[in-house]
Amino acid sequence: MTSPDRTPDSTAGVATPAGAQGSTSNATPAERSDADPKVTSAEGPVRSRGAGLLGSTLVRHAALVIAAYLGIVLLLELVSPFRGSQIGELAYFVPAVAGLTVLTGLNGQISLGHGALMAVGAYTTAVILEEQENLPFALVVLIAVVVTSLVGLLVGAAAARLHGPYLAGATLALAVGLPGLALTFEERLGGEQGLSVRPPSSSVNFQNFIEGTLGWSLSSQKYMAYVGWMLTLIVLFVLSNLVVSRYGRVWRAVRDDEVAASLAGINLGRARVLAFVVSAACAGVAGAMIAVITRLTAPTTFTIVLSISLLVGIVIGGLGSLVGAILGSILLVFLRPEVTDLGLEQGLSAAQAANIAPLVYGVVLILVMLLAPRGLVGSIRFAYLTRKAGRQMKAAQQSR
Amino acid sequence: MVRTYRSRSVLKTVAALAGASVLLAACGGGDSDSTDPGSSDVAAGSSVGVTDDSIKLGTHMPLTGVAAPGYSEIPTGQKAYFDYVNANGGINGRMIDYTVRDDTYNPATTSQVTNQLVLQDEIFGMIGGLGTPTHSAVVDFLNEEEVPDMFVSSGALAWDNPEEYPWTFGWQPNYEVEGKIIGKYISEEFPDAKVGLFLQGDDFGRDGAAGAKQFLEDQIVAEVSYTPGNTDVGPQIAELQGAGADFVIGFNVPSYTALSQLVSLRLNYQPKWFYSNVGSDVTLVGSLLNRFSKGAVADGGLLNGIYTTKYLPTVEDADNPWTQLFTKVWDEHGDGGAMSNFRIYGMAQAYTLVSALQAAGEDLTREGLIQAVEKSGAEFEGPWLAPLDYSEESHRGISGVSVGQIEGVSYKELVPVQTTDSGDVEISPYDAEPFTPTEDGLPDAG
Repeated sequence: MTSPDRTPDSTAGVATPAGAQGSTSNATPAERSDADPKVTSAEGPVRSRGAGLLGSTLVRHAALVIAAYLGIVLLLELVSPFRGSQIGELAYFVPAVAGLTVLTGLNGQISLGHGALMAVGAYTTAVILEEQENLPFALVVLIAVVVTSLVGLLVGAAAARLHGPYLAGATLALAVGLPGLALTFEERLGGEQGLSVRPPSSSVNFQNFIEGTLGWSLSSQKYMAYVGWMLTLIVLFVLSNLVVSRYGRVWRAVRDDEVAASLAGINLGRARVLAFVVSAACAGVAGAMIAVITRLTAPTTFTIVLSISLLVGIVIGGLGSLVGAILGSILLVFLRPEVTDLGLEQGLSAAQAANIAPLVYGVVLILVMLLAPRGLVGSIRFAYLTRKAGRQMKAAQQSR
Repeated sequence: MVRTYRSRSVLKTVAALAGASVLLAACGGGDSDSTDPGSSDVAAGSSVGVTDDSIKLGTHMPLTGVAAPGYSEIPTGQKAYFDYVNANGGINGRMIDYTVRDDTYNPATTSQVTNQLVLQDEIFGMIGGLGTPTHSAVVDFLNEEEVPDMFVSSGALAWDNPEEYPWTFGWQPNYEVEGKIIGKYISEEFPDAKVGLFLQGDDFGRDGAAGAKQFLEDQIVAEVSYTPGNTDVGPQIAELQGAGADFVIGFNVPSYTALSQLVSLRLNYQPKWFYSNVGSDVTLVGSLLNRFSKGAVADGGLLNGIYTTKYLPTVEDADNPWTQLFTKVWDEHGDGGAMSNFRIYGMAQAYTLVSALQAAGEDLTREGLIQAVEKSGAEFEGPWLAPLDYSEESHRGISGVSVGQIEGVSYKELVPVQTTDSGDVEISPYDAEPFTPTEDGLPDAG
């Protein structure tokens, strides 16, 4: 894992000196961290900082999140119900992929076990919704996140002592083993069949508002997309603030050079465990959403294939990039049905078309590794930063 | 400085979560109820997916992944029979437009492809969606959207629930019915047998065992179950052997029939075996035995003498008129692969659906289809050995099985078809003549 981990760092190395000069000495920590080009370019380049509301990372991210939410609500009206259901499905991939990209891209820990952490969130949600039908869904999600975080804490504590292939192996064991608990505790967790989940339904007031005031239809799927994207954007909001904060810098420092980080007074183990817990909490949100959107939690949902596809998502999108996580998730949701349909249109049999999708996944992954090893977002950002650094170098030479 | 900053970021997180709770508090516990198609007005029905010359049907099946071998042949059978119907003029002039989508036997994917079938492809109805966990993920959605969910490919009891799932119909005999008939046979013919149960650790094993126990409670000496995916069944078989079981009933899938046979061979354990219909496909198990033993056990010879049940004719019944019809259909419209019992299964489901579409008449609506099956489904004639049990109260499908023994590769019937229902309904013999196909191979249910 070392070399992909370090690639984004080299991009940072190119531009940080130039960027850092821009930040003034009286900036708050949050503002100062904006100078890190890795993060700022994910939210679009930041031109002015200092005075003004938009200078605050918190406000800027909040505005972006609200705008994105309104955009998605409008998008759901514009697209067909099937596309709408796919947008809803994104809501269980994006949080998980975003959490994983923070763990792997920023902290350098690989996890092949995030599917299992999603299972923890999903089963917690399913069990609570079965026991307590009237509990507010927000509280259910919160409990699922807490439980998943605790599991993440345990795994993270073990993971902090492991490196590279050993860490991959340990988390792989988690992915393979944990869903098996559902078979062991069959009475409670439903065994192979899984537990069916009754998704939360909208309140009458909300329904009246959407259908009466706005004149839109409100299917249960659209409602789950509303709820799911609200959670997803909250996750992205928290993560985007976290990665530009002191914690984000600590994680990157640990990833880039352990010795230097510990000489700087960073507790390596604590930083790693914290990154794992945050990442697990995101997987918990994703798990809660997959339970209510699929309406079932069964071990067959949380196979190793799920864990690996999350990893594919972050690699294709670009390690450590939240925008990359969204792009990667879009690919995970949309590629398979589109490829299958294309195959069917070309006159392939259903079985042949179905087999094309995994093939295309593989080819896309290989192409990305060959042509854009930093992932989609990483490569664009690298090209941008290289040009910018070149310009600044020229300017520096001329002024000399 | 550090202290302040940390508390600030905690504040941010809390603020974000609080905001989330307020926004999400809109979610209440309400419940949307679906209408009962059985009682609604046919004229006002939905005809999504139906035009003057076509009917759109779809299904979810594992075409790739672990469950694909075998099961992926079911949709090829369905398609071949629909193509045959189309080649013979369709149903009331309408051609069947059939779409199968791959769910990889993963419930999350099943939910995605079912969305696609219902919302994008706009199918009229679902035909034979396969698998208990997979179909469980979409049964609520299909009933909410009021899409006919015909003839689920799973023997779970859940599909027979007209109150909660008025749009869903089971089809194959449920596992409890099969377990009861097996239990009764052993208790009558082998009253001194010490019975062991070899069960798949899910509803399949549980329902089957519940049926068998109604008759064998006093004879059962051991009950073991395996977890699908774990291929080591040595401990389970050793436990049966240790308990002295001399008649083992297996509610397991074909690969575990092969595994249990190989392990018993190694342990020199030779009880009588009774495998449920699911696990007793001689051709498939024979090839699995060959593969698992790396050629040491060359064919299904090990299966000689095992007991099993049957509710459809099989490829091995070369003289059966239904097997002949389906072989002809496969030769004309198949994809060139070999005829198999999975394909017969798919064709028999398609045959049932074509009967239902005929019975629903010219003005085809979703409600009309459900009503037609509830009203006249019990009289549909087809390849099934026991009659279909469809009514307003029952959506369960084939109502019984026969008991027999494998001789070579063929099935020798020991007890003719008996019918029963789950629970403590009596088992009664069914002695009507088997149905025969019509001249043109199309159902005659109009």
